[in-house]
Amino acid sequence: CSATGIKKDLAEIVKKDKVVVFMKGDPSQPMCGFSNAVVQILRMHGVDDYASYNVLEDQRLRQGVKDFSNWPTIPQVYFNGEFVGGCDILLQMHQNGDLVEELEKLGIRS
Amino acid sequence: MSQIADQLRDKLTKELKAVHVEVEDTSANRCAASFKALVVSPQFEGKPLLQRHRMVNTCLAEELKEIHAFEQKTLTPEQWEKQKSQ
Repeated sequence: CSATGIKKDLAEIVKKDKVVVFMKGDPSQPMCGFSNAVVQILRMHGVDDYASYNVLEDQRLRQGVKDFSNWPTIPQVYFNGEFVGGCDILLQMHQNGDLVEELEKLGIRS
Repeated sequence: MSQIADQLRDKLTKELKAVHVEVEDTSANRCAASFKALVVSPQFEGKPLLQRHRMVNTCLAEELKEIHAFEQKTLTPEQWEKQKSQ
């Protein structure tokens, strides 16, 4: 049924690209301050080439990604198929320098 | 301070043995029920950020269903002392 279907889809989606973001709106037009914060942080680190999915366009995706990661909020960021966190975590990683390190592991120089 | 904010603070204090909790109702600046929390607990020691946030999310799982935006900062007592002195 659709619930297991979306889970399988998501497992593939997050592995398809090094950096994957589920957000409200898209990077050129974020529809929420928290999603915008993630976009700005990635931009600051020179991450231009990432996959973004707009959960506002797909209710199944919006709920599916929450269940998939066991995380209650949007945005959600994935590196190398692994869930990193939401906006607060990305912001704190940006502030304490961990983000530079994690991006280096992906081969991205910030 | 709103009633929900009080409720969130009580729950975090009890379940995460937090030594300090600040909950701010930020709903006025957002489109719907929104809160910002600072949680200081010795239970965060030795745990990565993601795990700490998951602990808070789990603790407030029921409440988060009704909350549209939730910002959190999770510190150990040691980190909190350091931050205060800065």
